[in-house]
Amino acid sequence: MVRRGGRRPVGAIALPLLIAAMVLYPVLAVASALITPTEAVWQHLWDTVLPLMLANTLVLLVGVGLGTLVLGAGLAWLVTAYEFPGRSAFEWMLLLPMAMPAYVMGFVYMATFDAAGPVQRWLAAWFGGAGWFPAIRSPGGAILVMTLVLYPYVYMLARAGYRAISASSLEAARVLGYGPTRFFFRVAFPLSRPAVAAGVVLALMEAMADFATVRFFNFPTLADGVVRVWHGLMDLRAAGELAGLLAILALAAIMLERSLRGRSRYHEAGGRSPGLPRAQLTGGSKWALTAVCALVVGAAFLIPVAQLAGWAVLEVAHLPVGAGRVYLELAVNSLVLSGLAAAVAVALALILAGGARLGGGKAARGLAMLATTGYAVPGAVFAVGILLTLTPLDHALNRVLERWAGITVGLVLTGSLIGLTYGYVARFLAVAYHSTEAALEKIRPNVTLAARVLGAGPWRVLAQIHLPLAAPGLIGGAALVFVDVMKELPITVMLRPFGYDTLATWVWQMAAESLWTGAALPALAIVVVGLLPVVLLTRAAAGR
Amino acid sequence: MAAVGDDRTSTRVELRGVSRSFGRVRAVFDLDFTIEAGEFFSILGPSGCGKTTTLRLIAGLERPDRGTIVIGDDLVAGGQCWVSPERRAVGIVFQDYALFPHLTVAQNVGFGLKGWSRQAIRLRVAELLALVGLEGLDARYPHELSGGQCQRVALARSLAPAPRVMLLDEPFSNLDADLREELRTQTRRILKERGTTTILVTHEQEEAFALSDRVGVLDRGCLQQVGTPPEIYHRPATRFVADFVGKADFVPGVVGSEGVAAAIGTFPLAGPGWEPGRPVELMIRPDDVDFTVDSEGPASISGVRFLGASVLYELTLPGGLKIHSLKSSTRTVAPGTRVRMNIDAAHVIVFPRECADPQGKGATCCPPV
Repeated sequence: MVRRGGRRPVGAIALPLLIAAMVLYPVLAVASALITPTEAVWQHLWDTVLPLMLANTLVLLVGVGLGTLVLGAGLAWLVTAYEFPGRSAFEWMLLLPMAMPAYVMGFVYMATFDAAGPVQRWLAAWFGGAGWFPAIRSPGGAILVMTLVLYPYVYMLARAGYRAISASSLEAARVLGYGPTRFFFRVAFPLSRPAVAAGVVLALMEAMADFATVRFFNFPTLADGVVRVWHGLMDLRAAGELAGLLAILALAAIMLERSLRGRSRYHEAGGRSPGLPRAQLTGGSKWALTAVCALVVGAAFLIPVAQLAGWAVLEVAHLPVGAGRVYLELAVNSLVLSGLAAAVAVALALILAGGARLGGGKAARGLAMLATTGYAVPGAVFAVGILLTLTPLDHALNRVLERWAGITVGLVLTGSLIGLTYGYVARFLAVAYHSTEAALEKIRPNVTLAARVLGAGPWRVLAQIHLPLAAPGLIGGAALVFVDVMKELPITVMLRPFGYDTLATWVWQMAAESLWTGAALPALAIVVVGLLPVVLLTRAAAGR
Repeated sequence: MAAVGDDRTSTRVELRGVSRSFGRVRAVFDLDFTIEAGEFFSILGPSGCGKTTTLRLIAGLERPDRGTIVIGDDLVAGGQCWVSPERRAVGIVFQDYALFPHLTVAQNVGFGLKGWSRQAIRLRVAELLALVGLEGLDARYPHELSGGQCQRVALARSLAPAPRVMLLDEPFSNLDADLREELRTQTRRILKERGTTTILVTHEQEEAFALSDRVGVLDRGCLQQVGTPPEIYHRPATRFVADFVGKADFVPGVVGSEGVAAAIGTFPLAGPGWEPGRPVELMIRPDDVDFTVDSEGPASISGVRFLGASVLYELTLPGGLKIHSLKSSTRTVAPGTRVRMNIDAAHVIVFPRECADPQGKGATCCPPV
């Protein structure tokens, strides 16, 4: 009955340390490749593609940054500050483009607006001859497409920021002679600047990680270079060095984001204090706002989805007997991979979040923060890092087994789902962690104490109190990871076992060969699954 | 350990020299008192005085830095000895009730009945729900209950395993005034009937007085006084207690040969030990102050606060001294009326003037009880 106290569970520090090491090791492997460059490789890269890739990456980041800032912060202000027809519907519909991976949007836009596409053929048929049309296969095209799918990050955070502004500040400004427009530029926007900036950085992280969209638009960036060098030359060193440069950009983005968000990481929409009142618009101007929102939702979601659906119908109509099995196999592969990664990610997140609670304290919290930096690291960097980490292990394993057992097992780690799952979990652990942490945070400390006083030991408390109460959060976290993995492309393309296709890789391969109808069905499936987090986010925003 | 099922397990609780700090903040310091078996004891003090920490120390949710805690015959904390909360057989009702939101009322109440047969649990849960007057609500979830019902479920839940000691952490503070009164009475009756030793933490003196056999007053981690409610009210041991418990005026005076001389008269001292000539302050409770209307009277009414059953008057004496008087509200005297004051005090409580600073929070005073 009496025991000596002050005992902390051994795993409370050790396990989070292990997880953080697993996430960071591949990134460090890439960084070390950058620190010890191979002269010849480096020289060759500089002489050929690197300057262009660097320039393109910067152009892309600046373009997408400005685009998402204007579109995201602007649209958020419109739906917060003005009342116009359809406003409440647009408020959530403007989040829909989140469900659309950039590479899906990219190929749909290309197919639609390219010289051979319906729009240009139509124009030619009507007006005759080859009239001028802006080239879609251009830097502008890439920036436009990425802006359209990434602005919801800014929109979401900006809207939360504006909502936190109280009505009385607007009234005070009104009395001081500020109209709504001046109020936006002088008060609302500056107040929510940290939230908006954090949204822009998130969008930039996605933009720099993308390799497929930029390749469609013939606009090679660093991420594209990493994948290209690995696939084309199978040169891990060169890929590693390019990935190192990309990692530096990502690191800058993380630091920017962390410093911007500071303590107000997630805005709790201030439910109690009344938010800004919406200005009633009249006549033409209210319909103008409706038109702007409709244009964005149409261009960024409805029209591309309709196009995909059209192609999908064509594809199904002409599907040879038995060919449907290909799609079934793709879907099963995607489900298995996403499910596996989601389960592992939530399990690790639970260990990280539990570590701090079970006596790991500040150290465990710090480790959790380190372990969740993966969301900012481009997938290509993880892929190269994991190859750099696991390939030597694979070779060693094979040597040992060959010598002692006389069998060759092949690439057990890098050539299987193990490497792939490793990559996904490392990149998306943060998503699972935030949901898990939030779910555990909601359990009031007294509830735990009440259970203890009533005679329940730590394990009974975990099983009967914590897990049932946290279950919705854990399932939500798993769902978000599931969707992210299903959409993920760079890690999948670089680490998948030979001949193993998922919905995402299939879309990518078909689209790269301009087989639009072949890409349509899996792309549509990804978009539909991708709607899940949008629904969750909308419900969370509208929630109590 | 308490014999399960036997509700009459009155136990005494002893704290000897218990201290606990959080970093540099001294939460409680050198607490030393005993709560008798079956007693209803309150720990009273302003927020931040360490009363909740004291409760948590007894429950085993905190470990003392120094000192020992004994529950019944068991040393539960002290030296190398430490008994974890789940093995102390105490019950606790939190301010926020801390019901398990995913369990029904019956499951909540039955949670602490580990190792009981299903049949026994059902009977016990029914018995307790009947005791707190919640029959028929066993299938409800906490979010479907009112605040008062939640409080009763929390009480039933902590009573179910027949704890040796019941700890109540401001369990009435989230309730409406009417309901609070009713639940206080009901809770005290239930606990007294079972003879459960009870420790209530509260910042409301009215609550502590109404419920408790004895009260301990705590200020900034130090125990100021332990006593019955009348003792605490009429014979406060320190200036802090006098000030915190009830309303009081403090009038400067000097110790003389026949008692204490002050501007309002000379009064016999309550106890010996004061050398003549010492400057002191007299404590005057408003309910000891009476007055009669007299157009020649030296004092005048400078303030009237209607409290319902009674009226609190502020009297201004010649020289500007203000004294409060509490009288029945049957007849109300208008402000400005001249009156003659008479103080009905057999003997008065005095405090040394050096130690008494204006806020009544002497910076270094932490006198022994």
